Amino acid sequence: MLKKTPLNNIHRALGAKLVEFGGWEMPVQYQGIIDEHLAVRRAAGLFDVSHMGEIAVDGPKALDFIQLLTINDAAALSNGQVQYTAMCYPDGGVVDDMTLYRFGQDCFLFCVNAANIDKDFAWMLQILKESAMADVEIRNLSPDYGQLALQGPASAAILAGLTTTTLEGIAYYHFEEGTVAGTPAIISRTGYTGEDGFELYIPAERTAELWEALMTAGNEHGLVPAGLGCRDTLRLEKKYALYGHEISAKISPLEGGLAWITKLGKSDFIGRDALVRQKEMGVPRRLVCLVLEEPGVPRQGYPVYAADRQIGEVTSGTMSPSLRQGIALALIEKDFATVESAVQVGIRDKKRAARITKPPFYPKAG
Amino acid sequence: MEIPEELRFTEDHEWVLVEEDVVTVGITDFAQESLGDIVFVELPNVGTKVEAGKAFGVVESVKAVSDVYAPVSGQIVEINEELPDAPEVINTSPYEDGWMVKIKLEDSSELDELMDADAYQEFLENEE
Repeated sequence: MLKKTPLNNIHRALGAKLVEFGGWEMPVQYQGIIDEHLAVRRAAGLFDVSHMGEIAVDGPKALDFIQLLTINDAAALSNGQVQYTAMCYPDGGVVDDMTLYRFGQDCFLFCVNAANIDKDFAWMLQILKESAMADVEIRNLSPDYGQLALQGPASAAILAGLTTTTLEGIAYYHFEEGTVAGTPAIISRTGYTGEDGFELYIPAERTAELWEALMTAGNEHGLVPAGLGCRDTLRLEKKYALYGHEISAKISPLEGGLAWITKLGKSDFIGRDALVRQKEMGVPRRLVCLVLEEPGVPRQGYPVYAADRQIGEVTSGTMSPSLRQGIALALIEKDFATVESAVQVGIRDKKRAARITKPPFYPKAG
Repeated sequence: MEIPEELRFTEDHEWVLVEEDVVTVGITDFAQESLGDIVFVELPNVGTKVEAGKAFGVVESVKAVSDVYAPVSGQIVEINEELPDAPEVINTSPYEDGWMVKIKLEDSSELDELMDADAYQEFLENEE
């Protein structure tokens, strides 16, 4: 029995193609992945991301607990700020990546991946118990929240008409609590597309109402409904990691391109020793960006070759709607991870020429 | 859902236009709709021998890779050279501009295995 978001009937009425994702029935596309992708880059798209999880961590020791639990430095967060972070296992593998919101000295909220909600909540409770920290309360609020992502250059113009909150006052990776179309909302200037945009957290029972209000306000700006298909092509063009692909229980943040959020100099956290050791010995695999120089679509699991042997594999791949070329992220042996190097991607029985390139894929530099 | 009367169909959603001993092959409206935006097509070389029921090419959408199966046995005599540069034509015109290959038939009795338009319509209804 698949879980459904509050917008399931709206997706059906819009003619969405619905698929299973992480135990949920979600729209993969409405008018088409390429059209939706280009609309988000040029105007705006509205995503139902209500399947994502929200876990609150509160109490006088909340920060200490979060510092133990996560790899980034949560002490750097001011109230109203958001941080991209992750939790690791003791061996350095990743439990999940997430965003962390600070509401107050002792008041935090994690937004976690839909497929990992139960796993993450159980992990946090287990770590809390093992740490024997008191004065920390962890609550899984996922069923209470709906979430919509409004993404694209027209996002602020569309949202401004529906809220008295001054959007210019919300910097990237910051948030405010306000009201949108009469609905109380966390208005977060974050997103998974690389465009300006907002993630809106609202009471679950108000999700459909807010969707309709945004679609109406967005009409003159070219707002379209956007599904999980283009959510993936958009994030891939920007080299954003997807759990289960670039990071996983078997891929550390140092290998998966997340060294920039791994604060090894922080006080002790779970996985720190393993990651320090990995760094000292030289991280064996690196995540690189590949552009195909011949026609073909690279996909997860396809082998990557250099010097006549396999040197790694594709973690995520697609046909880039913006570039009209095959693009991929691949985990390969560190000695081959040099920008501009030529490699090959095995697609069925052929080896297709590819080049390691600097991120992001789009827009291209110069 | 478009299903042209004059064509024959396979259970893998290929269509066949029969012209004496040469058949033109493509994928149906249902197939292109299911796949979504088609971004890549792999066609065999002219001269390749194909066998009924075996894959002769590949169609890829953003999210999926799909084999295309030969509806009849024979030899590839012509391929649609326009397709590799414009695979999206299969979405917009699956029965005309989106044709994929022409096969010279070996055994015309294989045509009897194919569904006509009504049978394909019924097949689609039962698949749902």
